[in-house]
Amino acid sequence: MARKNRFTQGILQRAPWHLADNQVTPESVFNDRRNIIKALGLGALGASLPGQVQAGLFDLFGEQTAKKPFTTQSLQYATPRQFTLSDAKTPEDKVTRHNNFYEFGTSKSDPFDNAQGFNVDPWTLVIDGLVDKPITLDLQALTKRFALEERTYRLRCVEAWSMVIPWVGFSLATLLKEAGVKQNATHVAFETLFDPEQMPGQKNRLMGGGIHYPYVEGLTIAEAMNELPFLAVGLYGKTLPPQNGAPIRLVVPWKYGFKSIKSVVRIRVLDKQPPTSWNQLAPNEYGFYANVNPEVDHPRWSQASERSIGEGGLFSAKRVPTQMFNGYGEFVADLYKNIDLRTFY
Amino acid sequence: MRLSPRHVFWLKVILHIVFLLPALYLIALVMTDNAGGDPVQYIIHYTGMGALNSLLVTLLISPIAKRAKLAALMQTRRLVGLYVFAYALLHIAAFISLDLLFAWGLLFEEVIKRPYILVGAAAFIIVTLLAVTSPHGIKRGLGKRWQSLHNWIYVVALFAPIHFYWSVKSEIIEPSIYMVLFVLLLYNRKAAIKKWLLLTR
Repeated sequence: MARKNRFTQGILQRAPWHLADNQVTPESVFNDRRNIIKALGLGALGASLPGQVQAGLFDLFGEQTAKKPFTTQSLQYATPRQFTLSDAKTPEDKVTRHNNFYEFGTSKSDPFDNAQGFNVDPWTLVIDGLVDKPITLDLQALTKRFALEERTYRLRCVEAWSMVIPWVGFSLATLLKEAGVKQNATHVAFETLFDPEQMPGQKNRLMGGGIHYPYVEGLTIAEAMNELPFLAVGLYGKTLPPQNGAPIRLVVPWKYGFKSIKSVVRIRVLDKQPPTSWNQLAPNEYGFYANVNPEVDHPRWSQASERSIGEGGLFSAKRVPTQMFNGYGEFVADLYKNIDLRTFY
Repeated sequence: MRLSPRHVFWLKVILHIVFLLPALYLIALVMTDNAGGDPVQYIIHYTGMGALNSLLVTLLISPIAKRAKLAALMQTRRLVGLYVFAYALLHIAAFISLDLLFAWGLLFEEVIKRPYILVGAAAFIIVTLLAVTSPHGIKRGLGKRWQSLHNWIYVVALFAPIHFYWSVKSEIIEPSIYMVLFVLLLYNRKAAIKKWLLLTR
């Protein structure tokens, strides 16, 4: 049932990225429509209808007109051992089709459905604020300025599900060191692109889930300079698809997924804690720190366990105990030695 | 216009189709891998919305029957009510089997920990009681108490949208709309509700 190899893997990694637009072609909506019609046993009915009526029938099923899928490119990167989880990876088609990215709609399938036309060229990422030399990166620079590496991290959503994802990118600390963080800096703020024309959730409150856009996130300087926070420009060996935060997104593996802000256009180094989107929306439910912590429940649900989304069909998921700091305690526990994690959740 | 038994029959057929199609569509989506990368949340949400929408329809039947003077419409209400139960059952079965993966300990922990699940569970228990007591034989056996029991649907009409509103992370507009719709439907019955509350006291 799960379709593997929908995106060709492996081979593409070796191709120099500037040579090949890769052949990633998520299945066309047309195929899906046919399958749905077949499964409904409506094939014969459909065949007997004139084209116009068929189109109407498809609309009734909430299908959209077929869009050209977003094109991704293969990347070249090293694979350091230390950041590679041994857990089985979540298949690529699940990683790219189950997303929280309210800029494209609040349902898990909305980002895949609504973001394929997202234009990331041109893109500008600015690193400024309390730094010695502000940096501006254009789309090309995102994948060229720094040596890329692959890190396989577990992503734990605050909604109690998790995935294991091979990201490609570079560490946030590398970028910040290059910019030179000033002595008085205490925090780093991140901001997602604000472009209501491209992001329907920013235009329409009903679609955007009531978040105040642009989406903003933040880390303390100590957290940001830790080796784990990662600026991902790709996953599964290729540049990011829009639903996963193209062209560049943060990945903070020991914190709940909403900290891992997508489609970043600005990174500011500050001397105070920046406002962050979910924290502003519901401060009693989503803290600034948002460290994965099985002992501190969300006010409305338990965080003690999570559904691990892996290979296979509907009944193949596993429910596993959630680990403190999502299992990254050896890297980050020291950061919180003197902090009561119940108060600063 | 009066509805003949033939009309009612065909109306029932149409209602069955209307309520079965979404379930078939869900099955088709899941079978063809079109229910998102992780279909679990999709299925749970979809069946929950199915229950909520069916509930809205059951509560619409009597106001429409009254206003349009089509008493025979009332004969379709049991059918729709049973679809509320069916979708709610699927919703809960999906939650227990696909999300909790039959971790029963967790279920009890979760129900206690999550007030929105508690409210949903209460609504489901009521709907189950109503479904079980829906056959004509049982209805006759219960006499006057049957109506009193089935008025508990008013409580479900409050709990279900609260459960929805409470379960979402931030997208409160849609559940708010449902809340308003259900409050309006209940307001429309305020005399009956008042009487019921006085009787059951």
